[in-house]
Parts: sequence; structure tokens; C-alpha cells
Amino acid sequence: MIKEIRILADHRIQYIADLRNQVLSERFRGRPVISAEITSSQAEAAATMCPTAAIDGESGSIDLGRCTFCNACAFMFPGVFRFSADYRIAASERSGLIVKPGQTGWSGFNGLAVRPVIRRLFRRALKLRQVSAGGDNSCEMELHAAGNVNFDMGRYGIEFVASPRHADGIVITGPVSENMADALEMTYRAVPSPRLIILCGTDAISGGLFAGSPAVKRDFIEKHHIDLYVPGNPAHPLTFITGIMDMLGI
Amino acid sequence: MTSLRYTEVMNASVPAGTEDIPVLDYSLFREELITMLGREQFHCLNYFCHRIPEGLRFMCCIADDETGTIRILCHEKKDGGTSLRSLSDSCTAMHIFEREIHERYGLGFEGHPWLKPVRYPHDRADRRNVISTYPFYEMESEVLHEVGVGPVHAGVIEPGHFRFICNGEKVLHLEIQLGYQHRGIERLFTEAGENGLRRSLLAESIAGDTATGHGLAHAQLSESLAGFIPPPSLEIERCIALEMERIGIHIGDTAALCADVAYQLGQVACEALRTLIINTTQFWCGNRFGKGLIRPGGSDYPLTEKIADEILRVLGEVERRYVNVTDCVYTLPSVLGRFEETGTVSRQQALSAGAVGMAARSCGLVRDIRASHPFQYYRQMEIKPALQTKGDVMARGRLRVMEVRESAGIIRKLVEVWKNGEKNTGRPVYDLRFMPESLAVSVTEGWRGEICHVALTDADGRLVDYRIKDPSLHNWMALALAVRNQEISDFPLCNKSFNLSYCGNDL
Repeated sequence: MIKEIRILADHRIQYIADLRNQVLSERFRGRPVISAEITSSQAEAAATMCPTAAIDGESGSIDLGRCTFCNACAFMFPGVFRFSADYRIAASERSGLIVKPGQTGWSGFNGLAVRPVIRRLFRRALKLRQVSAGGDNSCEMELHAAGNVNFDMGRYGIEFVASPRHADGIVITGPVSENMADALEMTYRAVPSPRLIILCGTDAISGGLFAGSPAVKRDFIEKHHIDLYVPGNPAHPLTFITGIMDMLGI
Repeated sequence: MTSLRYTEVMNASVPAGTEDIPVLDYSLFREELITMLGREQFHCLNYFCHRIPEGLRFMCCIADDETGTIRILCHEKKDGGTSLRSLSDSCTAMHIFEREIHERYGLGFEGHPWLKPVRYPHDRADRRNVISTYPFYEMESEVLHEVGVGPVHAGVIEPGHFRFICNGEKVLHLEIQLGYQHRGIERLFTEAGENGLRRSLLAESIAGDTATGHGLAHAQLSESLAGFIPPPSLEIERCIALEMERIGIHIGDTAALCADVAYQLGQVACEALRTLIINTTQFWCGNRFGKGLIRPGGSDYPLTEKIADEILRVLGEVERRYVNVTDCVYTLPSVLGRFEETGTVSRQQALSAGAVGMAARSCGLVRDIRASHPFQYYRQMEIKPALQTKGDVMARGRLRVMEVRESAGIIRKLVEVWKNGEKNTGRPVYDLRFMPESLAVSVTEGWRGEICHVALTDADGRLVDYRIKDPSLHNWMALALAVRNQEISDFPLCNKSFNLSYCGNDL
């Protein structure tokens, strides 16, 4: 008993009270800031170098749906590209993930794009079924961490459930391997309507490093409406939870 | 004469010239391997085959734990025949490699006891075989029943299918079918070719929970092919990162083990401690999993005094608290009742399954690349692997406690050497020129066990083949053996105690 009390005393209160306004360590790579003064030659050079073709060669904008947050563009042109520690980068539409030069703040989340039924039914309780389809287990571990004592998304009624029959939607990680394509489809169909789809991590959003691999089959992603995009490599638990809060209007 | 039968290399050192590797007749190749692998000091790091204009070429890398060398044996099959005599009936640990070759190239292995698919790769020999038609082992009986679990599991984990044959509550047999995570990553490495940045990112995604372990295997392989010798400060930084990864995961696994036996205090306390460790990794390199930290030729995030001090501070705090928590966990009767004598793997079973890393060290089998084939700054250190002997869930749990403390000690030593030494870590080099006609072998000891990357170059120094082996490839069989005669309700606990990689296996 004394041992347990000592552990609790050490442990103290760990949970983050305000999930929206945390200061992450300076080097955390979240929302990019691109200089408005970027030249076309810089944009072109960065686009050529970018390992996942996330940078547009003409404008120099970055597509966070493709970006692996490797920071190579910022090392190449330090005054031009910079990844800030702002983790609130989830988007309600695919086009919202594109960050343009000169842009400050995050405009990717458009509340009007959220299907009204989502806020009406799930605002106070959202049960999700996670499907890893070729994920590398880093996004999966971060999603698991979203429910732990630090991040505690359960306080908003958001949690992962074991069966798709109990779920209101699915969270997909990984580029969707061909070998997982059928199981993903079956899991989705087992979720009762109305149901939502969340893509978590760059691999899920665009295929990331695996886009174009012959072992990947993305038909499912292409044919369904996606309700929330959570970028990252892996997506940070705070990005995930605040993204869902924005979607639900919490 | 034996000296002519193989080429010897050291871990992540001067590569072998592919032309210099003696090509053996298959009978001699097989005989030589069976003789070697019959002795415990040898085990197979990787065995694969690839196409050459005249047929197929087989390459086998055997680790000699006593001398610290790696022997490379080669056989070329040019007769167009469709099968070979199997090695697996003499040396069971080779079963998985022969299965992989069979699946990819359609070659039969006579006498192989279990010639089943490994991962259904996109370039498999027979595309008509699909993952939903896997040939499961069956038992005809009125009293037995089967339980199928997966590929989508109850928790937030990766997919795989587990098929149990049970007698009541008791598991008689478990067959683990994987491949759902296959992304064709080996091919993406060769396609990335000279683009070292892209290869580094791929390496960190082989298994995202082992970004440092695989990232380092790739970085030192690239350096070995280019003849680049990393400065001591860079080697030290890499070893610190690798030990941080080990500590973070081991503590997280302790939390998961507690969760599986409903001991909530142990679970939440360890989850919080893991957070402290991985947030320190994030403080260092901006990513909680260490993605971005390991690069060939140098580092984007060289260690600084400020980061080193933060690591030491967090380490002191976490170690003290982790010891308190685990002291509680591993003396609590309700926990011990679940952990002790559950999921036991004997030393002999581990040996024949070819178990590596933690799975081997928890049943008295010393397999630790840091000690047997040291790499980076471990070459200058004496690593004494932590060992448990009972091979049950308890042993795997206790081993984690021992390894966390050992790793904390290693980091303290490394930081001290780093503080007193020259700091000349350079920037990453992404366009290293590779030596032509070479074969390099790089092995690291990730938190699960040995990670082996092998690369081959052509006459122009281009990458023609890149082969990856995650320790899980061997250890999944150890898990299947562990649950025999156990209650099926103990499966999650046994599974968690190994915590194996699906994507590392499926590639």
C-alpha cells in the first residue's frame, strides 16, 4: 500500500487541461510557414528535392497530405521554409491541407464542410474503430496514446471500440496495402450508418512514401467521402484530438 | 579448404566484393550451412535469393557470435530446376527464409516441413495465391474447435490473422498468418537508388516503432558501401538514440502488460513515464519516435550540452520512478499469478525457432548484436546482455526492467564520453557514392532484437538489391510456441509480452 501511495505521489496529475493551447518543444514539426518572398527558383529546387512531391514547383506551397515533415526543405532554404510547433493542422477538406507562401495561422479547418449529421449525433460521444492498413505502427501508437492519462480524449466521449458494430466511424492509418483492402472495406461496411471516415497520417492521406507502390491499393480512399484529415508522420495525439474536437464543434 | 567456402566481413564495415564470394555447388552450400548452424555460436542473419541472367543467386549471411564475423555463402542455380533440397528439416530456424524464397520465386524445397506463404508480396511467384486463401493447418475432430482472430483486432494495433485450434479453453495450436501490412518497401529502396534522403525516410517507416533501429541499420549500411567512417561523436549520438528508443518502448510495454491483467496503477504510471522519455526524444529531434534523427554521413540534430543535460535529467527521474513502479508490479500476487509460468518458451524452442533479441534473452539464449557484433560506439564498450532464463511472460517482463536500467547506464556512460570528447558530427550526406559490385551487411540491436539490412550494388555502384530483416520474422514462431497448452484467454498477454512487428515482418 505504501508503495502504491509513493507511486501516486510521484505520478501527480499528468493530464493536459487545455488540449488546444499547448506549447510543444521548439523542434516539433507542425504547421509550416513559407516566406511570401520565395523565388521561383527556390520553389523549383525544393520541389525537385522533396522526397514525396509535397512541394509545388511553381508556387512553393506545401501539401501536408503528402509531406512527411522531414524538414529537408527547411534545411535547404532556412529563411524560406520553417516548420512551426503549431500542432493544430487537421482539415475538413483535402484542399485545406495546402499551405501557401505568406500564410500565417491555420485555415484548413472549414466548419461548414462538416456534415451536419456528425455534430448532431456525435458531439457528446464518438466511438471509433481503428483500421491499420499498412501503417508503420507509429500512427497507431499515437492514436493509442490519445486515450492515455496525458491526453485523455475520453473526457469528451471520444474513444476507440473493439467492434465496428459499436462504432460511429473508422480511423484509417497506413497507405492501404493491397492485402488489407478487402478487410478495410468489410470493417467499414460493418459500421452502422451514418458513419464517418478519418484519415490519420500522411501515409493514409496520400500514400506518403508508398504512393505508387504496386503493393498499395487506394480505391477505398478514392471512392469514399472523407470527413477529417489528420496529417503527420506520425500524427501527434494533440493534432488528432483537437481535429476531432473541431469536427464535432466542441 | 574451408577458407574457400565463404567470404568473411565485419558488421557494417568493408563490404565484400560480389565477385570474390565463392560460388558453391548446392550440395556443398547446404552441407556447409548445416554444419555451421548445428553449432550454437552460429545463426543466420539473412538468407535470400535474387534473379541473375542465368537463373537465381542465393546469398546467406551467417553470424559467428564468438569471433564477431559474418560469413557470406553463395550458390547460383543455373539449371532451371524447380526445387532444391531443404535446409529446414536439419535446421528449423531456416524455415522462414526458405518459405520467403519459395513464395517469391516459386522454387520448391524438398523436405521442408511447413512451406507456407510468409507475406503475400506483390511480386510473388503465383499471383493467384491471395491472402484470403491461406492454407491453414487443420485438425479433424469432434471435440476440437477453431477460433479465428483478425486481421482487424480489438485494440488499436496492426493487422494479422491468428487461427487457434482449441480443446475447450486450451490452445493446442496457433497459426499466425501475416502479410496484410505488405507495402513493397524493399523494392522502394532499390527504386530510391542514390536518393539517400528518401531511403532514410523509408528506413524509418519499415517499422515506425523502431525508427532509430532501422534508421541506423540503413545509415551504417550506406556508409559501409561508401567507405565513410563516422566520427566518434556521431557514433555516440546514435547509440544514445538507440538506447532511448529501447527505454521508451520497454516502459510502454510494461504499461501494456499491466493493462492486460487489469492492473491500472502500473498501466497509467508507465504510460506517463514513457511519455517523458519520448517527449525528450521530441525535444532532441522534433519527433517522439526519433524520425529524422538518424541519417547517413552525419546528423541534422547533433547533440548539444542542453539536450544532453535534459536527457540525463529525465533519465534520472524516469529510472527512479520506473524502478518503484516495477518493484510494485512484480511483487503483486495478482500480477504474478498471471505472469508466472504463462506462455513459456524453452531455450531449446527458442534456439530451433531462431529467436533473437529479447525473445531469446528471456529464455537464457544470449543473442545481442551489441555484444557479439558490436557497431557504432558499442565497439568501444563492454556490453553485458541482460538475461532471464524461465522464458515465461514474467521473464519477458523482468527482462525489460533489467534492460531499462542497463540502457540508462549505457546512456550515462556515453554522455560522459561525449562531453569530454571532440564534437565533430557533420551534416547528413545523401549522395554517398557506393562501391561497385559489393555486398554490405549491417546489423543493429533494436529493442526487439537484431535488425539486418543487406545491400548489393552493380558494376556502376547502383543499388540492385536491398534486403531487410526485422527480428519479428523469427520471433513470431516463438509466440506461436508460447501459447501452446495455454488458456486462450492468456493469448493477449503472451502477445503483448513479445510485442512483435507486423509491418517489420510484412515489409
